[in-house]
Amino acid sequence: MDTNTKTLGEALRRNGVTRRGFLKFCTATASMMALPPSMVPAIAAALEQARRPSVIWLSFQECTGCTESLSRSHAPSLENLIFDHISLDYHHTLQVASGEAAEAAREAAMHANEGAYLVVVDGSIPLGNPGYSTIAGFSNLQTLEETVAGAVAVIAVGTCASFGGLPKAYPNPTGAVSVSDIVTDKPVINVPGCPPIPMVITGVLAHYLTFGTLPELDHYGRPKAFYGTSIHDRCYRRPFYDKGRFAHTFDDEGARKGWCLYKLGCKGPMTYNACATAKWNQGTSWPVESGHGCIGCAEPDFWDAGGFYNALSVPTGEISRNASYAIAAGVGVGAIAAGINQRTRNKAVRQHAEVTIEDLEKR
Amino acid sequence: MNALKSIPVLVEAPATRDFCYQNTLPLLHEISHALRRLQQEQLPTTIDLNAIPFGPGDEQRLLEFLGRGEVSAHLEALGNSSVWESGYPGIWFIEHRNESGERVAFQMEITTLPAILATHPDDIAESLSSLQKALENPSLGHRIGD
Repeated sequence: MDTNTKTLGEALRRNGVTRRGFLKFCTATASMMALPPSMVPAIAAALEQARRPSVIWLSFQECTGCTESLSRSHAPSLENLIFDHISLDYHHTLQVASGEAAEAAREAAMHANEGAYLVVVDGSIPLGNPGYSTIAGFSNLQTLEETVAGAVAVIAVGTCASFGGLPKAYPNPTGAVSVSDIVTDKPVINVPGCPPIPMVITGVLAHYLTFGTLPELDHYGRPKAFYGTSIHDRCYRRPFYDKGRFAHTFDDEGARKGWCLYKLGCKGPMTYNACATAKWNQGTSWPVESGHGCIGCAEPDFWDAGGFYNALSVPTGEISRNASYAIAAGVGVGAIAAGINQRTRNKAVRQHAEVTIEDLEKR
Repeated sequence: MNALKSIPVLVEAPATRDFCYQNTLPLLHEISHALRRLQQEQLPTTIDLNAIPFGPGDEQRLLEFLGRGEVSAHLEALGNSSVWESGYPGIWFIEHRNESGERVAFQMEITTLPAILATHPDDIAESLSSLQKALENPSLGHRIGD
């Protein structure tokens, strides 16, 4: 909880990091924050003066996948340097203390760093019945409201904290809501994904650590550096989409040759995330490179969006008839398909449409 | 991981003519423009290769196309780093790895010499101070045999 005594520059030098090592660290940090290489000198200057922030991590209705993603991130020396530098004062999965001692650590960190600490939340908050999820006898809502009161900002990690996620999926039995549904008087940064890319989680923390400010956000409260472009626009298979070359099944010629997965339900065009460049598993691959379409996990209500294998603009069984009407009426097929898609999606959200093995075999 | 290799999956490598379908060719044009800037305006350029949406094999094709030149360097700081000039002088690759050997950054610099290879002025000052202190040590002559 000694949060302001040393700068990151001092801490690195104390650990024997040379200037070349520091430059390498800054280069990797810029890459991790998705900032242009020209920002490296600014990052170096800022990191020299960066102070040690206190972080309180709250876990509500979640599966711990977000913490797994973060703790297995593929750049340990970089993450270690950052996490050695932040003061992670409360994280009930990772901390040694439990029970009253754990809650005492949270309260002590809140008082010692009033108005200056960061709160990280993973998981959604149940409003239906406080008993659905409690910690130390307190409802998630109580814990969140009490902890956030003295925070400088909140980082909602994962789709559950950002948008309600899987617990909020129809019929939402617990009345799950997102952090931003509760916290309206503090900055909330959404880092969605199921789970989020570890580099994105640390990139957001590194941005705050480096510059002492919050990154620029989009209309869903997501950092633009990572969520600024769609999966589709950054996809290496995009040229096949432009040429009209699609896989129609998971084992046809198109699939084997790595053509576009749009017709197999890829949600890349409506999903904003950094998977296409950041990749997963030590930069090995990502879903599309592995031959499966994007499921849109960084978007609100992705679970209820009408089936992972339904093409965005080609709803099963309806497109041919509707498109032919559209052509007859002189209306652009793309426009009508987009309209059909929106209706299909809305209907699916209402009815919680299921995709069966038979549905998949029809393709 | 060995068990994975026993799964009979055949990945069809893109044909050579597919070179221009992916992101390698546009990147080569960008490098060409950067090289022209370096030649005419002495302006260096850095490209973060981790931020380029490479498909399978794209990075390898880029490396093979540019080849390796006559200069390479090895750096040990927070893990190993490799720096090498491509077969096209002025185009450098800088690959940073962490202490576990995993890549944390991969950049291309279009420049006369990558910044990380140059000695920092503060290091030169510290170097001079250390050397002078060593020379003032009376046992130095004995230790080096004079």
